[in-house]
Amino acid sequence: MGAQKKSASTVAARTSDDPEELARVPLQAVLLADSFTTKFRPITLERPKVLLPLANVPMIEYALSWLESVGVEEVFVFCCAHAKQVTNYLQSSPWFSQPNFSVATIESHNSVSAGDALRLIYERNVIHGDFILISGDTLSNMSLTRALQEHRERKKKDSNAVMTMVIKRSKLSPVTQQSRLGTDELFMAIDPDTKQLLFYEENTYHLKGTLSLDKTLLIDNPSITLHNDMQDCFIDICSPEVLSLFTDNFDYQHLRRHFVKGLLVDDIMGYKIYTHEIHSSYAARVDNYRSYDTISKDIIQRWTYPLVPDVLLLGSSATKLEREGIYRAYEIVQSRSAQIGPLTVIGNNTRIGNNTTIANSVIGKGCSIGSNVLIEGSYIWDNVTVEDGCQLRHSIVCDGVVMKSGSVLSPGVVLSFKVVVGQNVTVPTYSKVSLLLQPTKQDSDEELEYADNNSDVEASSIAGTHNNLNGELTSDLSEMQGSATEELGSGGVGYIWSICEGASEEEWRHSIAPVPAEKLVELSQTMDDDLDFSNQDGNAPASSGELKPGGVSDSDDEDGDANNDSAYFEKEVVFQYSIAYKDVFPIFLNNTANFSLQVEATFLRAVHENVKVDHVILEVNSLKLSYNMEFAACAGAIFYSMLKLVLGTPYNSSAELYNAVINVINTWQRLLKSYLSGKDEEIEIILKFEEMCSESAKELSPLFTKILCLLYDKDMISEDAILDWESEKKYAEESDRVFVKQAEKFLQWLREASEEED
Amino acid sequence: MPDVHSLVNEFILKLKKRKVEGSQATARLAAVLLRSVISQQRIGYTNQAGALIDAVKAVGEQLVAANPVEIAVGNIVRRVLHIIRDEDLSLTTAAMAGLNLSAVSDDDDDDTSPDDHPVLSAAAVAAAARSTLRPPSLQSLLEDMPDSAAVPHTSSSGGDSEGKSKSADKNSRSRKLKHDVIEAVNELIQDIDTCHEQIAEQAVEHIHHNEVILTLGSSRTVLQFLCAAREKKRSFRVFVAEGAPRYQGHLLAKELVARGLQTTLITDSAIFAMISRVNMVIVGAHAVMANGGVIAPVGLNMVALAAQRHAVPFVVLAGSHKLCPLYPHNPEVLLNELRSPSELLDFGEFSDCMDFGSGSGSPLLHVVNPAFDYVPPKLVSLFITDTGGHNPSYMYRLIADYYSADDLVLQRKAAPST
Repeated sequence: MGAQKKSASTVAARTSDDPEELARVPLQAVLLADSFTTKFRPITLERPKVLLPLANVPMIEYALSWLESVGVEEVFVFCCAHAKQVTNYLQSSPWFSQPNFSVATIESHNSVSAGDALRLIYERNVIHGDFILISGDTLSNMSLTRALQEHRERKKKDSNAVMTMVIKRSKLSPVTQQSRLGTDELFMAIDPDTKQLLFYEENTYHLKGTLSLDKTLLIDNPSITLHNDMQDCFIDICSPEVLSLFTDNFDYQHLRRHFVKGLLVDDIMGYKIYTHEIHSSYAARVDNYRSYDTISKDIIQRWTYPLVPDVLLLGSSATKLEREGIYRAYEIVQSRSAQIGPLTVIGNNTRIGNNTTIANSVIGKGCSIGSNVLIEGSYIWDNVTVEDGCQLRHSIVCDGVVMKSGSVLSPGVVLSFKVVVGQNVTVPTYSKVSLLLQPTKQDSDEELEYADNNSDVEASSIAGTHNNLNGELTSDLSEMQGSATEELGSGGVGYIWSICEGASEEEWRHSIAPVPAEKLVELSQTMDDDLDFSNQDGNAPASSGELKPGGVSDSDDEDGDANNDSAYFEKEVVFQYSIAYKDVFPIFLNNTANFSLQVEATFLRAVHENVKVDHVILEVNSLKLSYNMEFAACAGAIFYSMLKLVLGTPYNSSAELYNAVINVINTWQRLLKSYLSGKDEEIEIILKFEEMCSESAKELSPLFTKILCLLYDKDMISEDAILDWESEKKYAEESDRVFVKQAEKFLQWLREASEEED
Repeated sequence: MPDVHSLVNEFILKLKKRKVEGSQATARLAAVLLRSVISQQRIGYTNQAGALIDAVKAVGEQLVAANPVEIAVGNIVRRVLHIIRDEDLSLTTAAMAGLNLSAVSDDDDDDTSPDDHPVLSAAAVAAAARSTLRPPSLQSLLEDMPDSAAVPHTSSSGGDSEGKSKSADKNSRSRKLKHDVIEAVNELIQDIDTCHEQIAEQAVEHIHHNEVILTLGSSRTVLQFLCAAREKKRSFRVFVAEGAPRYQGHLLAKELVARGLQTTLITDSAIFAMISRVNMVIVGAHAVMANGGVIAPVGLNMVALAAQRHAVPFVVLAGSHKLCPLYPHNPEVLLNELRSPSELLDFGEFSDCMDFGSGSGSPLLHVVNPAFDYVPPKLVSLFITDTGGHNPSYMYRLIADYYSADDLVLQRKAAPST
């Protein structure tokens, strides 16, 4: 039978492919189903973040679908908080029964950070090759093929290239950075040729417009690009070494703050992190309520295609896309007079009453929405009851919430599961309402937050609460009703979590409500201020951008920059510029040789242009700093250039030469002296001199003793130094001792003189 | 043998994730999949055709739901269903012929027991014929009986021996049916494979010396069509509109140049300016509907209108797997798919415009990126399919050849419920 034969042959083809497939390690991924932060409280007290719906589909579905589509074969889902819920969800989903895609869960109850999670995974010894590390709240539609290939190629060449970070350009002024994703500004320095990540600084907000880079960054790299228009996608391709690095450094907790920065700072092991920029595809992470809002809207606007509601995802119900970006499930009861606005998703079995207006919102399954309701920019999850006349603006309403008639949610409100809002109650802005009490102590057993800068706000808000109830989360409903009624009106159930004064200042940053107009003004104001500041400053970025340690040209202005160990950049002005070191220094290999060349050039210019000694000293100083040299090297280099100058002038006899030397030394003794601070420098000069005489300037060799005498007479070289030099040479080879012998008489005299003094 | 179920699931996943691109590839994969479904389907002694049809329908329904935009899948499912009905009918008529023969033999020799022969009453055969090739009566469409194709059980039942011989015969018949169906599906697959060549063969008849041809975007059928004409030493020029936003016209231009064709690349917006110099527009299609309307890559309606304005023939090339028996106003037909805005704009540049945090919270910028256009039949001058050139008004006839009216409705309900 033709058909059977043919399908049998396809089977054969399949099996013949298998050996190749077996030879390569299956692509693995680690999905952290816990964000290890408290930004989504109080919702995350009851349900893990990865199961929160994003456009009516749990976040983890997006992450898993993406992993599956990029060809990952094995995923380890690391669950920590609410581990049972995550595993139960996965078990009931079709993910466990996928062909060529295996999902395994790893549960842990004592991990408090991503670092702990990775250490545990290392202990389990399940990762065998390169793996993809993402957190369960990331969604993307990028193709990994190129990034993986790049990573593998780099890895082959350099085993220290342990990680490739995916980044995405997103043109963000400081204002939109804040208002779009609600995250802190991110600053990166990247080598434009190799794409190596050199510097990573988030949370630059408190730095007030300045950023300090380590100077060695500028020295070690021929060119770097600074970005503040990049968005970190939190998708990393890691080599297995990353896991062992976490194990070695048990204090690494946060992936970015500790691990990435740790690797960048640590130059002993020399591990490198590279970046991969994606252009047309989408990737983002739900970090806080604001990014939840933004990413939901990106999904509705189809940036995440094919991860959009109407293209069937696993586990979601069929949805039809209508005009103006309205996604409607099939079984919806909607009143004729209800107005469904643009960019809205409505789930299955939802009923919508008369004269209700809905715009820019997501409404879940099985909700019942009454008449004359206004819903704008809000996220309503499943089985929510909204009675007549309610108004919801820019708020999140979780499963099972009941809003009694006439209640109003002000922008930024979060209602957690099963809260009941009483009749005609207005919930104030930014308030978070939950059936659970606000934990009074930091160490709640649900989600532990390790100390870091970012959590200061939350920590203080939690610590500063006036709720006198002890930290035990009692679920005694009657008690709760009793204490909560006054807050949420008659029949209301739930506690309004208190926000302490300090935190409310910050609340607008992460909330889903639009940024208040005055804050926007404030933000743009600070940006303008920064601009003004940089304009007033003489050392504005334009000049520091060209920061030339060489100082070949007029470098008077630059020593200010060079003397500081770090260079300052005005981030607002300079979005992206590369520092073309290559042009200034064609050869960067031999530091010392380069340095002496530069010093020589500086010196010669000083001689020809009659530059003041003080200025020359400044210039040499700046060179010294930029090359990270010792004083001894400076002294040696200067002396060398002085003699070079002498040799450059025409002479007939050695006597004339000697006179020339005396001249030069007389003129420039102050310069040389300023670098002769101790015996070591003096010895260095002698050695340099000796080297010159024996190699590059043989003409000077007969004059060695004479010039040594001269230097001694001028008080440039102390007798101790000379004697030390002699003793150093004592055991050297015969050929090396030529000049010691030549100077024997002088040395003899010195010794006698010192003995006499004794 | 791989498990059919897993094969089906795999294909469904691919369709869902939009991983299979192009109607031809999709059609071929669907046909191969259905062939293995048929070959693995165990069928009883009675009502084999019905069992096969049910199995194919069940799989087909899932496939269509997985990617309702890819119409070719539904077409192939319907084609296969038609094949099954067809084969069943021809077997039945063959059996009827056999009956006639046996009737003759009965007349010759009365001693042989009539029970030795497979007894299919003429009435039963007629009923079977009616059920398989029944014209779409109002009743059948309304009832939409799941076993509408069931061959009525023969009423006559004799002794054990009779049953045995009958079952043995049935068995061979069922194997025969399956075999025939698979053979026919193989032919279908072959047809899909060779449709490009078949269409390209007709190129010389349509493209003449020194003509200027305009096309938009990229289509393999068009490429082969043009190349076939080129191989026959026709010299002509091609204008390629780039086909924003995917710019597949660029690829087509490259391919054409590689094969030595004089090619001019123009922007989509320059089409109207260029159309007066064009002798013929030749384009590919995503699907051809029953009324002769075309679902085609976005931008083609504009080309068709421009062509009509200047009386330039608008020729659509389409393999027969693209022929869809449905009408474009059918709610089952999802005419369009909106793709990601990132094909139009760079997210990085425009993320400022999608700032929800400031202002009213609703973005001022919307990006719409539809994948397809609908070209009404009156704008199409000619369809060239693998069976030759046809007028748009003739499409219904072709469809009657390829599809049974019973299969037009694949899904039990318009909306799949969950």
